[in-house]
Amino acid sequence: MAEKSFNLRIITPERVFYEGDAEMVEFNTTEGQVGVLPGHIPLTVIIKPGILHIHEAEGEKMAALHAGFAEILPEGITILAEVVEWPDEIDEGRAEAARERAEERLRSRTPETDIARAETALQRAIARIQVLK
Amino acid sequence: MASMRDIKRRKSSIQGTQQITKAMKLVSTVKLQRARSNAERSKSYFNCMFETVNSILKRVGHIEHKYLVPGESQKKAVIVITSNRGLAGGYNSNVVKLVTRHPEWKKEDLVIYPIGSKGHDALARNGYDIRECENAIMDAPAYVDAMALAKRLLQSFAEGEIGEIYLAYTAFKNTVSHVPTLLRLLPISCEAGEPEETPKAEAIMNFEPEDVEALDLIVPKYVTSLIYGALVEAVASENGARMQAMDNATSNAEDMISDLSLKYNRARQGSITQELTEIIAGAEALG
Repeated sequence: MAEKSFNLRIITPERVFYEGDAEMVEFNTTEGQVGVLPGHIPLTVIIKPGILHIHEAEGEKMAALHAGFAEILPEGITILAEVVEWPDEIDEGRAEAARERAEERLRSRTPETDIARAETALQRAIARIQVLK
Repeated sequence: MASMRDIKRRKSSIQGTQQITKAMKLVSTVKLQRARSNAERSKSYFNCMFETVNSILKRVGHIEHKYLVPGESQKKAVIVITSNRGLAGGYNSNVVKLVTRHPEWKKEDLVIYPIGSKGHDALARNGYDIRECENAIMDAPAYVDAMALAKRLLQSFAEGEIGEIYLAYTAFKNTVSHVPTLLRLLPISCEAGEPEETPKAEAIMNFEPEDVEALDLIVPKYVTSLIYGALVEAVASENGARMQAMDNATSNAEDMISDLSLKYNRARQGSITQELTEIIAGAEALG
């Protein structure tokens, strides 16, 4: 593979979160954890809450990526994220509290519990906490 | 001719109004700047979203999908985005007109989801079927609000309650030009006849998960982002429209004041002349 890096764009409704060259991007999708290298075949994936790793030439960056979808093309990736946060934007106390709430809801499940929602909330909280570590 | 005192009173009342309109103009200028930078920052997301969804739809070709064909119901849901406050020129009535003067729509077929109290009031007065409305959204549009609304609409769409979803709002082109726009959200219109501009054998888009499932997940995000984009643009347009309206009002007030000053001076001069003539005539009579 001739190309060593590709263009990565991460866009949220409020701002352009990241724009630059990366060598590899890793994130979590509905089909599992993926790592994308330059020259990938065109692919659209749906994002699940998880940690986003951006491998740049100089080092690695992490962020918590919660929802959205990604369009992967050979020359670059565009991630349309509904929610994505750098580690310094995360409030650890709140994430911890959210995790406990979600776990509590899953433990004491009643017929009315929206399990899918509670699970997503739990995944989100876990992603936030992991990024901080 | 009006008396000097009447003219003076009228002039000072117009001056008071002018001060208010001037202040309102300044306030909306500041708000416009903030709203505009918001709109511009989020614009890239919507452009990207729009392009992505269009390119996905083009690549998958014509597949049977619930979001791509109109529902069976005749009902059309229209999200009408207006402001909560008036004094913005034709801003609100232009959006309302999009709905009331639409050549093909019948009042009975429409379900209105108003955002902004002005549009709600106007359409309720005309006897439209109004659904829940959340006017507070307009003060500070947030993505979660758009998400909640999109979710409710998609649910009614999926249940067959409504067949089509439209969005009426004011697009923000630039500070002085705001265009009332009507947009069809669902079913998504595939621009069928449009030839693929890049003939080079473009690789076929793959989906993970399968395309139908992927569309199930992407379309709600698409609808949400369009609603949010419309909200943000509408706020910018509202402030732009108000700024223009207040600017016009201020300059009108200025014209009226200069007109009244002229009249006042003429009346003053007239009264002095009259007094003089009276004195002279009195002196002559005595002499």
